[in-house]
Amino acid sequence: MTAAERRGLLLAGLLIAALPARAAGHLVSTGLGPVYDGLTHLLLSPEELLPAVALALLAGLRGAVHGRRALLLLPAGWLAGGAIGASLPLDAGPWVAALPLLATGALAAADAPLRPVATALLALALGAWLGLRSSAAADAPWAGWLALAGAAAALFMLVPIVAALVVSRRAAWARVAARVAGSWIAAVGLLQLGWSLRPD
Amino acid sequence: MTASFALARAAAAAATALPHEGHGAAEGLLSGLLHPVTGADHVVAMLAVGMWGAQLGAPAVWLLPVTFPMVMAAGGTLALLGMPLPGVEVGIAASGVLLGAMVLFEARPPLPLAAALVGLFAIFHGHAHGAELAPGESGLTYSIGFVAATGALHAAGIALGLLHRRPAGRVVLRAAGALIALAGSLFLWRAVT
Repeated sequence: MTAAERRGLLLAGLLIAALPARAAGHLVSTGLGPVYDGLTHLLLSPEELLPAVALALLAGLRGAVHGRRALLLLPAGWLAGGAIGASLPLDAGPWVAALPLLATGALAAADAPLRPVATALLALALGAWLGLRSSAAADAPWAGWLALAGAAAALFMLVPIVAALVVSRRAAWARVAARVAGSWIAAVGLLQLGWSLRPD
Repeated sequence: MTASFALARAAAAAATALPHEGHGAAEGLLSGLLHPVTGADHVVAMLAVGMWGAQLGAPAVWLLPVTFPMVMAAGGTLALLGMPLPGVEVGIAASGVLLGAMVLFEARPPLPLAAALVGLFAIFHGHAHGAELAPGESGLTYSIGFVAATGALHAAGIALGLLHRRPAGRVVLRAAGALIALAGSLFLWRAVT
């Protein structure tokens, strides 16, 4: 792990320590407590789930080193972003939600030849942005630390599963399948951009 | 046991959670999944794309399903932004005619030309079908369903195209291309009259 990544993790840890103690409410109520609420929230939010899947596909296509870094830094970024978003109102337009879909999907579709540090920074930035948007959304005041931890746990499970599935496949068709999945996510992002910019 | 219960509980929560995630999410997904497979003009063209790709072999068979969804989404985005595209219905019908003919004649143009032809038709299909959302449905989940269903049609076309590896299969595949071209001709007739 590079010095920049270590600094990112340290920053994430500090921000977690500054998280609010209680959640004001929950977007999804599983009846199993805030950890499962957070976990379920991520899995039921395609605008947050799909970019994470695309990043995991990209990391898997690039190799195990990329996968390991994404595994740690995506949830860490999510927690850092969530911590900031819990106290910082963010009123970004709906079109902003399309950009992570488009960008990560296109990178996976192109099997972009990123260096490990670039994948790590991308994972950190994506996690932070998704966490920030999720917990700062005006209609989703759910950002208690347990809920954020649940969502981060979902990411921590998701990334290795998807990345390992790709890394372990050496057949050309399997790698193409991962790229096709990335192109589908990019296509969804492009359409989502259109929906959000559609004139009324 | 506890984990199983938690998973089952979380799965059961999905139905109640969906309305919180945006009204019409499930309806949008279902609509997006069904829309491509209920439009005959879209179905035959997407199958032809897959079959032609299989006939052309690598790298076309792989390049095509990677690029097609994004180009199609670009067409859909043009429609969503209110940008008109003249002759959309004619373009869609022509895609059936030309792509069916490519399969029928086992045409092998240079890869950039094949990709440009398919890409051009992808814009027409995306423009016509990518933005047909009923009021109250989620655009995001509609898009997910629409892209996934179109991709599934490509995959079906590629699977059918694998018949190309057998001598009898080649004949069957070319006959299927002829049928697609014929269907496209009917669509074209309807579009221009």
